[in-house]
Amino acid sequence: MIEALEILTNASLWSAVLRIATPLIFGVLGALLCERVGVLNLAIEGIMTMGAMIGWLSVYLGADLWTGLAIAAISGGIIGLLHAFLTVQLSLSQHVSGLGITLFASSLAYFIYRLVVNVGSLPPTIEPFQPIEIPVLSELPFVGEVFFSQMGPTYLAIFCVLLMAYILRRTPLGLAIRMTGENPHAVDAQGLNPIVIRVFAIVVGSALMALGGSFLTTAAFNSFFPEMVQGRGWICIALVIFASWQPGKAFFGAILFSFFDAYQLRLQHVVEDVPYQLFLMAPYVLSILALILVSRRSKVPEALMEPYRRGER
Amino acid sequence: MRLERRAYVSTKLVIVAPILAILASLSLSGILIILAGVNPFIAYFEIVKGAFGSKLAITETLTRASPLILTGLAAAVAFRARLWNIGGEGQFYIGALVAAAVGNNLLLGLPVIISMTLIMLSAMIAGAVLLAGPALLRLRFGIDEVVTTLLLNFIIILFVGLMIEGPLKDPFAFGWPQSVPVDRSLRFADLVPSSRLHNGFLISIFAAFSIWIVVTRTVFGLKARATGFTPQAAAFSGISLSKTIMGVALISGALAGLAGAIEVMGVTGYVTTTLSPGFGYAGIVVAMLAALHPGGVIASAIFIASIFVGADAMSRATGVPSFIADVIMSLSLLTMLIAIFFTNYRIRR
Repeated sequence: MIEALEILTNASLWSAVLRIATPLIFGVLGALLCERVGVLNLAIEGIMTMGAMIGWLSVYLGADLWTGLAIAAISGGIIGLLHAFLTVQLSLSQHVSGLGITLFASSLAYFIYRLVVNVGSLPPTIEPFQPIEIPVLSELPFVGEVFFSQMGPTYLAIFCVLLMAYILRRTPLGLAIRMTGENPHAVDAQGLNPIVIRVFAIVVGSALMALGGSFLTTAAFNSFFPEMVQGRGWICIALVIFASWQPGKAFFGAILFSFFDAYQLRLQHVVEDVPYQLFLMAPYVLSILALILVSRRSKVPEALMEPYRRGER
Repeated sequence: MRLERRAYVSTKLVIVAPILAILASLSLSGILIILAGVNPFIAYFEIVKGAFGSKLAITETLTRASPLILTGLAAAVAFRARLWNIGGEGQFYIGALVAAAVGNNLLLGLPVIISMTLIMLSAMIAGAVLLAGPALLRLRFGIDEVVTTLLLNFIIILFVGLMIEGPLKDPFAFGWPQSVPVDRSLRFADLVPSSRLHNGFLISIFAAFSIWIVVTRTVFGLKARATGFTPQAAAFSGISLSKTIMGVALISGALAGLAGAIEVMGVTGYVTTTLSPGFGYAGIVVAMLAALHPGGVIASAIFIASIFVGADAMSRATGVPSFIADVIMSLSLLTMLIAIFFTNYRIRR
């Protein structure tokens, strides 16, 4: 029991929390942006898988790490464009389109991976991101290890949270985005094109999701293998609801979630007579519990999953 | 260019749409096969040969199709009522696990037919209960069932892992994590001698026809359809939405659970965590390709099964990664979505 509590005072736990949270932060921001314009993006799981594969593959074939991330983001944006075409232009079922793209993007990622990489007994590896020790600050006890010696993309993720919160709340673009998700007819009446805004947000959101995926293969781990996203995309979709569509809350949701994940990982070594599967189940069970917890008070964007066609009521 | 809803959708269009969708998907996948350095026509010929080229190939394809018909029905029934059951994979596994547990030694002594029926029934109940949870959460709290059923898939597969390394571990499996087996006397007999095709296939076909009758010829089927089309109008005409959704959920979950039972009783005899190569998810594609029609599900399940069985053989012969099967399947879903759209809309200049 004491041991279980001692883990909590360990700086390496809290440092791991931020690391584990990074892909979730990117993913949840992406999903949030899409839903804020009224489109549920269930392609997330596939986009993260593709991002993980493309990011890794680019580096494996010679790109540097940040270029790899950029290429991954672009691949995500392209898949997002497909989702936007199906759901916004053709106003097809957002559920089915998203799931279809998830199946497609993951199988395409596996196919390309197998095609380019000759898999032997062990998957090939790359040199992943290393923690950046921020001078002076990283010397601080506890805080230094937790906040100021993370990997580059983690800082980028935190910056994205602030940027997204600022844009959504304080800029005309943010107002247009929020209004498109609440009432696209009103946006149209203001002389803005809700279709363009939706497509734009889905493409940017999908690029963020792909960044989240690429973190898995270029920072958290150094190789790619099928099924490695492990439902993180679905967890992000749940986190968006948990966060009531607010970037700030989404960030804390991702942190809270990753805390439990990092904690259960360490707890496994302390509590030995409990089957490890029970610990692994925790993230998924928590997501469902979180949904139940907030269901009564969450404020859904009014036009979520409402297709919009110009000139039609 | 603008889109205009068709005033009249001809039957010919409805039948041609899936065929065009599949052709489009095969053409797009052909590009990937070319990238792999293989002539796509040769690759597709190898797939057809691998899936239908011999008696053994055909029985393999139909064996693969048996659970797919059921998971496809599970998706079709649910989607008709706009209940997005994406948890077919989890329901499949829980059905399989329950079948193995019940069929191991609980029922010895009863007549074989009764025991087998009881095994299948318990698997169906397990699947139904598993989907009843998310359905209840949607009805009670308004929680999107897509997310909950997806998350449950991961939970259930971990649960299966837990059970087959714990209470349901087969002590005679030399340490391999697999469940206790269904007793030999309670497994399906071969439908075709010396092949893997078993009588479970007939059960799948029977289920498809039963569901066909339920959705098109019963009051419940009509209510479910109305609930899917316009919930407000359905509620206004006195249909209880929550009862209908719950009923649909129970049927859908039961079908996916039955798929798990059939796979265990017909093919493997026991459960592992790799029992399903994505039967639950593939069921969604099967249902969509069939335009959610129970009769069409049989045909589209055989199609999807043939792609997977054929692609394995093709991959061995040509070296194209067998993931091409997944690509063809998922692309068919997307092209089918677009095809359905153009059966309802036309382009006007």
